[in-house]
Amino acid sequence: MSYTLKLRIWRGDKDGGAVEDFPVEVSEGEVVLDAIHRVQATQAGDLAVRWNCKAGKCGSCSAEVNGRPRLMCMCRLSDFEEDETITVTPMRSFPVIRDLVTDVSFNYEKAKELPSFSPPPRDADGKRRMAQVDVERGQEFRKCIECFLCQNVCHVVRDHEDNKEAFAGPRFFLRYAELDMHPLDTHDRRELAQGAAGLGMCNITKCCTEVCPEGIQITDNAIIPMKERVVDKKFDPLVWLGNKIGIRNKDNDGRTEV
Amino acid sequence: MSETNGPAEGRHPMTGNALSGDAQGGMERHTYDVVVIGAGGAGLRAAIAAHESGARTAIVCKSLLGKAHTVMAEGGIAAAMGNRWPEDNWEVHFRDTMRGGKMLNNWRMAQLHAQEAPERVQELEDWGALFDRTDDGLISQRDFGGHKYARLAHVGDRTGLEMIRTLQQRAVALGIDVFMECTVTDIFKDGSKVAGAFAYWRESGRFIVFDAPSVILATGGIGKSFKVTSNSWEYTGDGHALAMRAGASLINMEFVQFHPTGMVWPPSVKGLLVTESVRGDGGILKNSEGKRFMFDYIPEFFKAETADTVEEADAWYDDKKNNRRPPELLPRDEVARAINSEIKAGRGTPHGGIYLDIASRRTPEFIRKRLPSMYHQFKELADVDITAEPMEIGPTCHYVMGGVEVDADTQESAVTGLYAVGECSGGMHGSNRLGGNSLGDLLVFGKRAGEAATTYAASLGDHRPRVDEADVKAAQTSALAPFEVEGGENPYTIQSDLQQSMNDLVGIIRTRTELEESLAEIEAFKVRASTMVVEGHRQYNPGWHLALDLRNMLIVSECIAKAALAREESRGGHTRDDFPGPNDEWGTKNLVVNLNEAGTGVDLHEKPLPEMPDELKGYFA
Repeated sequence: MSYTLKLRIWRGDKDGGAVEDFPVEVSEGEVVLDAIHRVQATQAGDLAVRWNCKAGKCGSCSAEVNGRPRLMCMCRLSDFEEDETITVTPMRSFPVIRDLVTDVSFNYEKAKELPSFSPPPRDADGKRRMAQVDVERGQEFRKCIECFLCQNVCHVVRDHEDNKEAFAGPRFFLRYAELDMHPLDTHDRRELAQGAAGLGMCNITKCCTEVCPEGIQITDNAIIPMKERVVDKKFDPLVWLGNKIGIRNKDNDGRTEV
Repeated sequence: MSETNGPAEGRHPMTGNALSGDAQGGMERHTYDVVVIGAGGAGLRAAIAAHESGARTAIVCKSLLGKAHTVMAEGGIAAAMGNRWPEDNWEVHFRDTMRGGKMLNNWRMAQLHAQEAPERVQELEDWGALFDRTDDGLISQRDFGGHKYARLAHVGDRTGLEMIRTLQQRAVALGIDVFMECTVTDIFKDGSKVAGAFAYWRESGRFIVFDAPSVILATGGIGKSFKVTSNSWEYTGDGHALAMRAGASLINMEFVQFHPTGMVWPPSVKGLLVTESVRGDGGILKNSEGKRFMFDYIPEFFKAETADTVEEADAWYDDKKNNRRPPELLPRDEVARAINSEIKAGRGTPHGGIYLDIASRRTPEFIRKRLPSMYHQFKELADVDITAEPMEIGPTCHYVMGGVEVDADTQESAVTGLYAVGECSGGMHGSNRLGGNSLGDLLVFGKRAGEAATTYAASLGDHRPRVDEADVKAAQTSALAPFEVEGGENPYTIQSDLQQSMNDLVGIIRTRTELEESLAEIEAFKVRASTMVVEGHRQYNPGWHLALDLRNMLIVSECIAKAALAREESRGGHTRDDFPGPNDEWGTKNLVVNLNEAGTGVDLHEKPLPEMPDELKGYFA
């Protein structure tokens, strides 16, 4: 049940590189990462590739398989014809370090810019209480494995390097939404999401949602509601009037803007 | 102190790495109070504690931040919070832990763990973790093997991800320096004390010297020495080996946990973990004849607390007061051995496993809600819908109970300034770890180690140990050695042969002849490894990285085989075909291993188990 896969892998570094042919023996039930590992063990010992869990849980082995952003460990060979050529290239939106490994520090930089969770004191018995239904929205976003495929595919930065500074990307819109919907958080990050994080630059083409290996509804459940929350605060005429004449907006109760 | 903390000018903004692969220009140098090696749950918790106690702290990790093996933990964090069962408290948890470890645990660690785990879990919530809730809005707790009450705080079946992300976000919020994709290869000493560590950037191959009086090892386990394992590539026993080379000792290395339920098919995912929560939530084990066989494998030790009829076992899920636990929820060592026996007796599945069935027991909605990752994993990787058909599973190497011998309260090893936490430390779990006790272990002892390491570093004032330049040179030469060889073997081949050998000879069931054979094979691997060759250059070269990791794997494998040969009894994660059943005399002692004088192999000696005070003995009367 094994056959020779026509595998092509991009090899090179920041100074350039090219796709090279690595015909490799594969067998039933294998994924693209298995084929890459076999190339590493038998043909190119120094082939650079990031991976950890090989189970779709850590989000390390992101790459582009025939141009589609995928986790290599979750990309089954049985989804391709046996005579089909599979071409693996590094994620395009991040600078290449070597071969399939890219410099994803952009994401870690953006993570630092986001003010963290800020809860009120615990209840008298030292515990906290939240209803399951209230934590579920945040839980969906916390399924994120930080594979950064959404960041990679987002057209705001994919072909516009200069947008990177003012744009945090879908992964962090998820995080803004998660905290905004957290039943206990006391911070108001809406101005920040719109301003420094560039939420407004997203024009909801849903590419991020399409590539999310965790199936998180990034656009529908996080980005659009977050945009609405920003708009409610900024442009709702009633809110504007209320602020003007000094009526307190319930939405801001217990929240401090950061 | 030098002011080289944090990434320097012209370097990578996050990692501090010099991006150019051919950058030479000497060695990077950083000064910290506490350097934590590893960024899983234990390492992150230790770093947070060190930072909060005032230490200048660095985290050094082999992968990107947030990718460590903790991410794979599924079931939950064991903590007697009493949210579901008010009867639960630290004393019951302590008792369960000791009994699960067949009384070989370090009693003080088991006690501290049971006492402090609830507050450590609560703390995660303060930092933003979103646990599943009870109807009262408290943190939900689920059933797991060996725990008397539903005790595991959880988020579906992705608790590890929640934990690592929470700790990661906390560490980032505190501004702790992180050196990602950076591997430590040596610990420096000044006399008997730790002076720092030597590392290389995976990205560029450049070297770094850390000057630091406290080093905390939080490097996880050794699973990559075995062929069928649930562990990731990082689990090469780095902390175990670093500690030994620095002069510390390891205990309990013969105890390796084979998780009863790993995937068996397709081959490329063989060993991948299937969470114990499947059984906690109602899943049962069946052989190829359709028989629910666990009732045939209830050991004397657990007879009084285990259901012996299907009716009682099934009733337990809803009424825990009047029924005993199903045998599927015996501790992992018992279940793994039972599965192994069924397969050996020819009652296995087509792909050499047995069946784990939840489809016929719970609704599809329930399964998808409680076990979303498992649903996804089987659907994507094996084309199996677990809400409609049973899973095929078999034992997989999952966890090493053994590790660095440490002081229970501070986690300090025999070497001053060297600490070990989490899987790479030993003692807490005795001969067998209960599910859910690992995540608790990481948090409880991570915090303790971070604080102790800070106190020690602060006590030194200006009299810090100094790194000897000759040691730096030696560390560099040693790290580059694989490039100097010509005509040897590639490290991938040696690794693969080692994994096969350990799997075959030091696996779930062991005998004297096979263990002796294994030790002979390890000697042969050592010879092959001394002439292994690496192609290419130092920039992001996995072949070179493996060559360095392989040294650790070999020494750790030798520890396991040697201790397994010495312990002539069966207990917990160590089963000897030629010595079935536990032996009371062996139940009073640990096996301790050290690096030998020449540094080429390991020495082993027996050591009496620390004795439990009388007031704790009462729980086992």
